[in-house]
Amino acid sequence: MKRVYVNEQWCLGCRLCEYYCAFANSNESDIVKALKDKKIHSNIRVETKGNINFAVSCRHCEEPLCVKGCITGALQKKDGLIVVDKDRCIHCYTCIVCCPYGAVSPSADGVIQKCELCAKISGNQPACVKGCINQAIVYEER
Amino acid sequence: MNYIYPEYEVVRNYARCIVCRACENQCANCVHRYIESENRMESKDDDCVNCHRCVTICPTRALKIIKSDHTFRYNSNWTGKTINEIFKQAESGGVLLSSMGNPENYPVYFDKILINASQVTNPSIDPLREPMETRVFLGSKVHKIKRDSNGKIDTSTAPQLDLSVPIMFSAMSYGSISYNAHESLAKAAEKLGIYYNTGEGGLHEDFYKYSKNTIVQVASGRFGVHKSYLDTAAAIEIKMGQGAKPGIGGHLPGAKIVGAVSRTRMIPEGSDAISPAPHHDIYSIEDLRQLVFSLKEATDYKKPVIVKIAAVHNVTAIASGVARSGADIIAIDGFRGGTGAAPTKIRDNVGIPIELALASVDKRLRDEGIRDRVSLIVGGSIRSSTDIIKAIALGADCVYIGSAALIAMGCHLCRSCQSGKCNWGIATQIPNLVKRLNPSIAYQRLVNLVTAWNHEMREMLGGMGINSIESLKGNRLMLRGVGLTDKELEILGIFHAGE
Repeated sequence: MKRVYVNEQWCLGCRLCEYYCAFANSNESDIVKALKDKKIHSNIRVETKGNINFAVSCRHCEEPLCVKGCITGALQKKDGLIVVDKDRCIHCYTCIVCCPYGAVSPSADGVIQKCELCAKISGNQPACVKGCINQAIVYEER
Repeated sequence: MNYIYPEYEVVRNYARCIVCRACENQCANCVHRYIESENRMESKDDDCVNCHRCVTICPTRALKIIKSDHTFRYNSNWTGKTINEIFKQAESGGVLLSSMGNPENYPVYFDKILINASQVTNPSIDPLREPMETRVFLGSKVHKIKRDSNGKIDTSTAPQLDLSVPIMFSAMSYGSISYNAHESLAKAAEKLGIYYNTGEGGLHEDFYKYSKNTIVQVASGRFGVHKSYLDTAAAIEIKMGQGAKPGIGGHLPGAKIVGAVSRTRMIPEGSDAISPAPHHDIYSIEDLRQLVFSLKEATDYKKPVIVKIAAVHNVTAIASGVARSGADIIAIDGFRGGTGAAPTKIRDNVGIPIELALASVDKRLRDEGIRDRVSLIVGGSIRSSTDIIKAIALGADCVYIGSAALIAMGCHLCRSCQSGKCNWGIATQIPNLVKRLNPSIAYQRLVNLVTAWNHEMREMLGGMGINSIESLKGNRLMLRGVGLTDKELEILGIFHAGE
């Protein structure tokens, strides 16, 4: 399955991926309207220490700890993709505690959110990959 | 007190700014700043070099740079530029430094030359349906038929460079440009079947794998020159001069001589890399001949030797001498040629336009019957496929592109290379900035540019009814001048439009 990978060597830590991700998940057609004066909730996050930067998003693990930990079945694995059923989430955040990558987070309305590969849904490149200015984030089979 | 008012102003559309802080993150000049108490961005115009990094990456197009309309009292003699230069020098006591090519308002002869096309009596050729040859060979051509003892014709030739298209990346040293910029040029040259040039900074050990597409340079500082450097190259270039700064040497500050740059140049870390103005062993054509043949001897006469000179007033006589020195190829660099740093006054006032230099050198070599002995490469602001077509019709065999290649990689011609803080990761050695140039993107952009120019050149050749670049070479009847004086037309060797 194609996944989002980050080449740390080329990640500049500009955090644009976070904004493009938040925009892609906003249901708005204008980036300004979607993000202006709002706290952004992105499914990808840039980790930075000293000169090292890299973006992290859901790895869609073979054995997903978040799915194992989910007590309501809100998180499920479908065709290799780990998806969220927002109606079933009860905000217990066990998944957030379980995920070793910190790739699950609470959304604006409290239910959890995570990368569900917008590419897989739209058929295009994921927004973070498309928006990366240095091709540090790639979407490929490995 | 700072006398200088910022030349550019950063204009931020606050209605569109989403405070993502990417501009702040990406500006090496620290122009942008986040004001936490007000949750908004602020810009400090003083340090903006107008490189467009922030403008280009801004996800909401909230930024633009404008030229300040702040002005001095009108004076067509003492312009604002002149006054500011005096302010700067009165402050620093130093030589004014600039980068990239001469930006001043001198005539661009390429823009006053028009290209011919076929109509009715001689059919034009469609390059999409018929063969169109853009391949060229550079090197000394056979000018006499030689036979062996059995009367068979000797078919051997002097060593040649084989190019798929008459374009090469001109000399830019590792040190003046980054590792990633060099890798991009090398990869692109390999993919395109052309050559890139190391400049005088030596060849990084990682790039020996591109050796068959590498021209190595031997310049007055002799940095990084050793046996395997010469052995690995496809050709060797002796740099006598550079269009941006004819008659003077180079100076790469010690701050840029770090790590691999120092190893590659074979000089201690932190020491200034000073290239003398002349080669201290060359004071005549005879001396040049000694170096040409030393290099040929060292490489077993297997590689063509290029001699690069700047276009100066007596370039014709110099080129004639160089052709007789044993060089296989002469490269002429015009006064618009780029640089990583040069004294402003020299860059802007020394040398002559490449179009005039090329036309007169080609004519002189023909008149003397030695044009076949050498190939001619011209550089110094080749900006488009039409500049190449015009240069070839004026007599060039091939062109060097430097600035155009950098622009393809992302350079926005802010002309601040001398600061070493290139926001595009090109003219810098700072690791955080170097990584901004991802060679797999930059190399593809170079390949795209040359491929696009190749398409355009084929179209123009076809339009002229010519099916090979060789048939255009020195074919000045394919050119007409507009708005040129009789003297200019005479030097260019072309007719005026309508003639």
